[in-house]
Amino acid sequence: MDRIISKLLFFAACSSIAILALIALFIFKEGVPIMVKSGLGNFLFSQDWSPLEGRFGILTFMVGSLWITAGSLVLGVPLGVACAVFLAVFVHRRAAMILKPAIELLAGIPSVVYGFLGVMWLAPIIRERFGGPGLSILAASCVLAIMILPTIVSVSIDAIQAVPRSYREGSLALGATEWQTAWRVTLPAARSGILAGVILGMGRAVGETMAVIMISGNATQIPHSIFDSVRTLTANIAIEMGYAVGEHREALFATGVVLFFFIMILNVVALRVSRRKF
Amino acid sequence: MSADRVKIAIRDLNVGFGDVEALKGVSLDVRLNEVLSIIGPANSGKSSLLMAINRMIDRFPEASLSGSVKIDGVEVSGFRNVEDLRRRVGMVYAMPIPLPMSIRENILFGPGFMKRVKRSEGDSIVESTLKAAYLWDEVKDRLGSSAMALSGGQQQRLCIARTLATNPEIIMFDEPCSGLDPISTAKVEDAIKELKNDRTIIFVTNNTKQAARVGDRTAFLLMGELVEVDDTAKIFTNPSDNRTEEYVSGKFG
Amino acid sequence: MRIAPSITQKIAKFMLFAACASAIAALLFVIGFVLVGGLQNVTWAFLTEPILDMGRGGGILPAIVGTILMVFVAIGIAAPLGVASAIYLAEYTLEGKATQTIRFGINCLAGVPSIIFGLFGFILFVVIMGFGWSILSGGLSLAAMILPTVIRTAEEALRSVPQNYRDVAASLGATRWQVVTRAVLPYALPGILTGVILGIGRSIEETAVVIFTAGSAVQMPTSLFDSARTMAVHFYILAREGVSNENAYATASILILTILIINITAYTMMHRLMRGRRAA
Repeated sequence: MDRIISKLLFFAACSSIAILALIALFIFKEGVPIMVKSGLGNFLFSQDWSPLEGRFGILTFMVGSLWITAGSLVLGVPLGVACAVFLAVFVHRRAAMILKPAIELLAGIPSVVYGFLGVMWLAPIIRERFGGPGLSILAASCVLAIMILPTIVSVSIDAIQAVPRSYREGSLALGATEWQTAWRVTLPAARSGILAGVILGMGRAVGETMAVIMISGNATQIPHSIFDSVRTLTANIAIEMGYAVGEHREALFATGVVLFFFIMILNVVALRVSRRKF
Repeated sequence: MSADRVKIAIRDLNVGFGDVEALKGVSLDVRLNEVLSIIGPANSGKSSLLMAINRMIDRFPEASLSGSVKIDGVEVSGFRNVEDLRRRVGMVYAMPIPLPMSIRENILFGPGFMKRVKRSEGDSIVESTLKAAYLWDEVKDRLGSSAMALSGGQQQRLCIARTLATNPEIIMFDEPCSGLDPISTAKVEDAIKELKNDRTIIFVTNNTKQAARVGDRTAFLLMGELVEVDDTAKIFTNPSDNRTEEYVSGKFG
Repeated sequence: MRIAPSITQKIAKFMLFAACASAIAALLFVIGFVLVGGLQNVTWAFLTEPILDMGRGGGILPAIVGTILMVFVAIGIAAPLGVASAIYLAEYTLEGKATQTIRFGINCLAGVPSIIFGLFGFILFVVIMGFGWSILSGGLSLAAMILPTVIRTAEEALRSVPQNYRDVAASLGATRWQVVTRAVLPYALPGILTGVILGIGRSIEETAVVIFTAGSAVQMPTSLFDSARTMAVHFYILAREGVSNENAYATASILILTILIINITAYTMMHRLMRGRRAA
């Protein structure tokens, strides 16, 4: 009897791997043929996305995703790590117990609400101050930065707290201030954990769809400044899926394949990085 | 005479955890209805010996075991149902481990695995085991209250009552008084001396004086080896082995 | 001229505080902006009337019902499956190759972007299995998405149960399963529930997955095979189409309030659990 239960539980645990495999299977099944037909190099590096004429090059969208992700990291990582250092090092445990969940609450707000606020509040400001359509790389980066903040903060706090107390106490005993300790000793020691958090945040930014659709402008063009509109890989899939048929639809799945691969690589890298001891 | 009948027969027992040898070639008899004290310094293998008897050692995948342990002539490894074995051999640990439930629920925890315990039957088990553990008078009015609220000594006696609830023929105590004050310790020792009348008791302790108080016979384990085992009086006054003499007189340990 | 370390520290501390404060400020701003804009329109009528005129009028009852049904399906699958997986990983496994693969799978699944779940759900449930755009397809896809969250939280809850309890139960003659159900699960239940609640929260806020698999019908759903919209989807459509700002704000308010309540419940449960442990 106990053995039956053991087996059942094992099968339940395998469900995760099974689902992952199914996802990979179906996405690949739908998407790979068109990638092969267009030629992989062409698919990935051509700027020509003309579904009606059967030409599928996703470079424009990759560039769009790249810009927005980079922007969100530039804004979000310093802010996130700073928050993490503040909460983990300088704040009393009582206060941290309230503040940390508060920041994690940011993660609970639906992405569509963020996008909405970006449209209603942020984009007009950008349009007035800097010109351009307002719905831009800058707007998207700002919003995404806030969205990935909780991930970076959480993982960084864990990484900082995982540094042995003896390092910190040794440094303080030598006469260093808290800040010097944090900057010279704790942060470098927590480096790999923080990096893992950044990579995870990057994954979230790359994978974000709804908010990006709302505030990045969705113009299929290579941007020349951060005030230009772009369209990301995710946005393209979501927007065109509604009416795509045949090869067009397959090409969207193929875009999904590229996304999937990229996120998997990021995950593996994050895992490897977080395992490395300082 | 019943005192000479062997309850547990251990022959050539070797226990290892990975590279570390915990027990080497231990052979020992535990007689029916006796209290056998086991003494020895830390890391002598005393706990490993207990775990080999009730097969708690099975829970360590890195443990290796050879030799024979027989209860009433039956190999413990031959029991089809290790749960049956563990119900027949009770274990009381060094730290009191009350489960986060009421006193009554703690005691009836063990019997609950086998069948549904009727209310009246449960009441009588609770009362008899608490009396045997010298705890009944102190808690009889609050059997429904949380066990976590009891003092350390009371918790340990509760653990004894809990172990008694499955009616084991053998009870093993692994340094049960290590965290307790002298009064609680005395109560635990009294309970043990009462219990041996119906059961067989193995009593592991770091405290040689306590071993002398409680045990009929005493065994001395040193670094995984059984140095000697004999009547308690003899071990403490005129031991055969030099090492025993040095340990009981406090030269080391 | 070297700046004294104590001054550097003061500057640094201030900047870090500013960073933290701005993050919290952002949070409060977002919540405040939406609630101020929207709460005034959240009337009982709004909550209970059907969607009229593609959202320009009426209320959002069908969306509320759609959300509840979809979350039911999602949790109904993810909770048992997730807790069972967590029990296996925490109590039964020997940490061999199979388990390492499973953990890898869980970690990867956690990182898959929602739109991929949308595509996956579309192909598998809507098309191949023929459920069409339906609450069922949506719920199943959501279940796949929240599974890692449930597993991770549940496993952590199980692992936090003191090893002593397992030893005691085993030494009293409990089978492995009895040790789990009698000694471990009761103690870990609050933590597991927290994971389930967090999963529910994630399902409610998810939009991309739902649009691809459950469509966006405005009618009140009558069966699991009906297409329906969730509150998040409804909000998205209102916002994107610019249909009705007031209703958009109102829907967003309800969304945010729901999620706030869910998260606060989850956290207070975890806190009470921690406090209870320490007292013991």
